[in-house]
Amino acid sequence: MNIKTILASAALAMTAATGALAEKTKVGFVYVGPVGDGGWTYEHEQGRKAVVEAFGDKVETMYVESVPEGPDSERVMTDMALKGADLIFTTSFGYMDPTINVAAKFPNVKFEHATGYKQADNVSVYSARFYEGRAVQGHIAGHMTKSNIIGYIGSFPIPEVIRGINSAYIHAKKVNPDVQFKIVWAYTWFDPTKEADAAKVLIEQGADVVLQHTDSTAPQAAAQAAGNVITFGQASDMAAYGPMPRVSSIIDNWAPYYIARTQAVMDGTWTSTSTWDGIGAGMVGIGEISSAVPADVKASAEALRDSLADGSYHAFTGPLNKQDGSAWLAAGETASDYGDDGLAGMNFYVEGIEGDVPN
Amino acid sequence: MDLSSISPTLLVASLMVAATPILLAAIGELVVEKSGVLNLGVEGMMIIGAIAGFAAAVGTGSPIIGFICAALGGAALSLVFALLTQFFLSNQVATGLALTLFGLGLSALMGQSYIGIKPPASVKLDLPVISDLPILGPVLFSHDITVYAALALVAGVWWFLKYTRGGLILRAVGESHDAAHALGYKVVKVRIMAIMFGGACAGLGGAALSLVRVPQWTEGMTAGAGWIALAIVVFASWKPARVLLGAYLFGGVAVLQLNLQAAGVSIPVEYLSMSPYLITIIVLVVMSAHRNKAALNAPAALGRAFHASR
Repeated sequence: MNIKTILASAALAMTAATGALAEKTKVGFVYVGPVGDGGWTYEHEQGRKAVVEAFGDKVETMYVESVPEGPDSERVMTDMALKGADLIFTTSFGYMDPTINVAAKFPNVKFEHATGYKQADNVSVYSARFYEGRAVQGHIAGHMTKSNIIGYIGSFPIPEVIRGINSAYIHAKKVNPDVQFKIVWAYTWFDPTKEADAAKVLIEQGADVVLQHTDSTAPQAAAQAAGNVITFGQASDMAAYGPMPRVSSIIDNWAPYYIARTQAVMDGTWTSTSTWDGIGAGMVGIGEISSAVPADVKASAEALRDSLADGSYHAFTGPLNKQDGSAWLAAGETASDYGDDGLAGMNFYVEGIEGDVPN
Repeated sequence: MDLSSISPTLLVASLMVAATPILLAAIGELVVEKSGVLNLGVEGMMIIGAIAGFAAAVGTGSPIIGFICAALGGAALSLVFALLTQFFLSNQVATGLALTLFGLGLSALMGQSYIGIKPPASVKLDLPVISDLPILGPVLFSHDITVYAALALVAGVWWFLKYTRGGLILRAVGESHDAAHALGYKVVKVRIMAIMFGGACAGLGGAALSLVRVPQWTEGMTAGAGWIALAIVVFASWKPARVLLGAYLFGGVAVLQLNLQAAGVSIPVEYLSMSPYLITIIVLVVMSAHRNKAALNAPAALGRAFHASR
């Protein structure tokens, strides 16, 4: 065998190999935190694993964790697209503009941006109606608080977080008119040190329920150290902290969506869509309500969950006023998703919440 | 706005806890700088201490062993710095920066399997009656042991530098290594010991973060605490008591910022967040304006390499 044949067969083998690779659908995931955060990113990672399990050899996935929001994420997305990704999930609000920018450069790559509102021909948006879960949390919190002070750790003042605060407040107030919300903005999705400090401060100021819209379990640990404080798992079940302080949780379930979208790319049926599913569609799950919650409260919370799931009740049902006292929803009216004062762009507190939404 | 919901007692108590990691790191760096060595690797040593302590505490179930391993880990990393700067006479600034980057990377690697795990609870002081005293109880008598250890360390360093022969030698080495060498003191040996002490303190500071203050491990969790510790040493003009003041000031602002938010005060938090850095810059400007005064305080041989042949 001379050198020529060796080279030729090597080249043949390589073509065959790339041919085999090309048949695989490559799916990329951009994560804002580490996959072990026990919250938001952890659940996206579960979704990725479900994709691998569902398609086996037909799919190749890649992910990059702890990608800062903003320009640096463009580099990561571009890199994934250059590596041949067919579909890229960008899983945090702050990746919105970078996703649009990179998508414009790679018209043949499909992008899926979580929790944003900017679509393009090759950019879909998807999110979950977390506020439905917040309603259940608010309901339990209103019943459980003895000091009537509920602490809330916000991440960034964006519509998704503000919706959650409003929904929790409305349903806490409904069962406990004296309830008061104290809100601390951490300006991070994931920083255990800041989150722990924020939880401690809220507890020091009298909160005996701490709700969090940040992704680590640090507030759970702080509540556990403090004793008589209850918390709710965020994004993931955080069951390690049950039955106290964690009494229930919102669980994000991305797996069915990720599998469906990957399938659509394989079939060539992918189109740019906007998906916003809640408890009913299974995208939002309510974690087991623990034994620390009295049976009657648990029953009413589950009833609320079921009514949200079957659509017989909307978490934002009038009469509701905005914080400044102006009317928002008339009696019986439910909030629309889009448009003026719609849920998608919500940037105001409802009546009764103290403090201002930061700019 | 409801300022009455901020309890001064609890505010002071929690600022003491919040300040402990930077206080430990800063007091260690103070000793290092007093010996004439500028180690900018505090951040790296802190985070190595954070993961070493966390891993050991999780592995053995004992926070005390965790703290010991944290100190050993920090000291071991500082030994790399000592070797490079004291024997190979490398540039201290560049080596220190490299140490920080190396520490951050190594800790991320070591911590891969420790993300999301709960460490064993550390020991809290709980004296009958005394810990339940109003005001004094929460402020002075019911903290985690690391808070007291840090305070004891500050007092110990102050006493050592001011009243002992060893302290005098250390300061002599830091002021003029040639003179100290001429007197027969082992400059390199003294400096290596100081560097290791600084590393151990930074490691303890990191463990105070990962085992007490948060308590959890995450990549890059020190989030600049090491740099703040470095700034505090300068802010304190190399005096132990002022290091304590500086650390409590930084810790206090961090805690106050969250307290004001929770109380509904509408000053933008960015102002409070940057205030300690502003104060540091102002102090540095004021210090450098009085040249003689600054010269009195900063160790004269700070950052200069020493070789016995010269």
